[in-house]
Amino acid sequence: MFNYKDVLETIDMVEREHLDIRTVTMGISLLPCIRATAQETARCVYDTVCAKAEKIVQVTGELSDEYGIPIVNKRVSVTPVSLICAAFPAKAGLVGKALDDAARNLGIDFLGGYSALVHKGMADYERTFIESIPGVLASTERLCSSVNVGSSKSGINMDAVRLMGDIIKQTAEATAANDGFGCAKLVVFCNAVEDNPFMAGAFHGVGESGTVINVGVSGPGVVQHAIEAIPEADLSELAEMIKRTAFKITRAGQLIAREAAKRLGAEFGIVDLSLAPTPARGDSVAQILEEMGLECVGTHGTTACLAMLNDAVKKGGVMASSRVGGLSGAFIPVSEDIGMIESAEKGVLCVDKLEAMTAVCSVGLDMIAVPGDTPADTLSAIIADEAAIGMINNKTTAVRIIPAPGKGVGDCVNFGGLLGRAPIMPVHKQSASKFVARGGLIPAPIHSNKN
Amino acid sequence: MRAVVTVVGKDKTGIIAKVSAFLAERGINILDISQTIMDEYFTMIMMVDLRGATEGLAEIAKECREMGEKIGMSIHIQHEDIFNAMHSV
Repeated sequence: MFNYKDVLETIDMVEREHLDIRTVTMGISLLPCIRATAQETARCVYDTVCAKAEKIVQVTGELSDEYGIPIVNKRVSVTPVSLICAAFPAKAGLVGKALDDAARNLGIDFLGGYSALVHKGMADYERTFIESIPGVLASTERLCSSVNVGSSKSGINMDAVRLMGDIIKQTAEATAANDGFGCAKLVVFCNAVEDNPFMAGAFHGVGESGTVINVGVSGPGVVQHAIEAIPEADLSELAEMIKRTAFKITRAGQLIAREAAKRLGAEFGIVDLSLAPTPARGDSVAQILEEMGLECVGTHGTTACLAMLNDAVKKGGVMASSRVGGLSGAFIPVSEDIGMIESAEKGVLCVDKLEAMTAVCSVGLDMIAVPGDTPADTLSAIIADEAAIGMINNKTTAVRIIPAPGKGVGDCVNFGGLLGRAPIMPVHKQSASKFVARGGLIPAPIHSNKN
Repeated sequence: MRAVVTVVGKDKTGIIAKVSAFLAERGINILDISQTIMDEYFTMIMMVDLRGATEGLAEIAKECREMGEKIGMSIHIQHEDIFNAMHSV
């Protein structure tokens, strides 16, 4: 028999502290779907995704009821579509539409993998594919896209970085009626991971097996609550407490992942323990940092607090799961975290500070809205900065930035639901266009030469 | 398969009777039961065996929640593995 404390702690975590399984994501390989024409390929892609993920909503619903833990999102990630469409890149949109239709048919909110990996070089078919992204994101509802432009091993492909500045601008303009919402579904990565279950950056890597279940667990509220309980603790004690809490949360994820994989006839992939905030109060990474002793997230000390949080979360998570993967750490998406939103509105949290924070946490500049008149070169330069942090530190970094059309500093964009609202943040006015226009490859750092 | 039933709420007469009747109607056998008053709240934890259950756990969990709302208590039934996973190394 269990003791009261343990049982009630689990109930409290779910009922009051927003513990949830954030996502059960099925990774599906589309490589067997390649056919001679785009039409045939699109049809096969639709049939494959619908057949393999047919039961994902039903099974996760049952698991949620049986184990008493909410499973918030059910999603699908697929092989980067640029590979599937290499023979007919100009018609990649057909496959994009097929995937969007499949997502709608399955009843899932997002499907990721309209992606290209161009971290070392960009073939003609990949350039054509990337150029299709704005139109496809504007004409689909649930499809997410990502492009990997750099890695610690290969360096940073600055031609791709330059192109992505333009693509982000075009995507914002193509979805101007919704404040550039298309950009919320587009991520530019350095060191993208192949088993990330979280959107919008999820895709199913070619090194993965056919059908895999990856699970993302979350629980910023649980960590915040645990810290609240020991207000006088020093930082080592705090780190221990975070580790223990992360352990418990990850164990729940591991259990659900194994069971979901079994019932869906897929392999168990990884558990990604990421503190992923939602706009709900009490489900915020910023509030954890403030609970550690900051008056407002974004002030001096924020980077140190975040570094400790991220590391402690990883240590607890690694101990708890047989396979940890994905991004595993703390997320800092501005529009999806009430503490970040409020700090940005006060002008405390700025893009420069966020950039520093991305050097010590698991992702990058995420869900940041900037003025609509921000030049494409500036967006490319922001991407280059983030990619440089990822490349040198051997970690994943990403940019998901929304140059909101017609909006300026002081305005706000509201995407609703889990994507939240974002105050427009100022960017530097000085140009980086000459640097961006140079193109070429930023060579891989010396410490990547380990062979 | 075993599951854990938790009942938390303001103390009143007949809680155990109602919950155990609910379980018996569905062929669920109670293996262990412990109950206390914590901070003026009635708190009961039961270990139950679902081998003879007439419905699936997901269905029972929904009915448990509904019954809880009816009698003003928070009632959950969860697969025992979730507690094993989270609270033992």
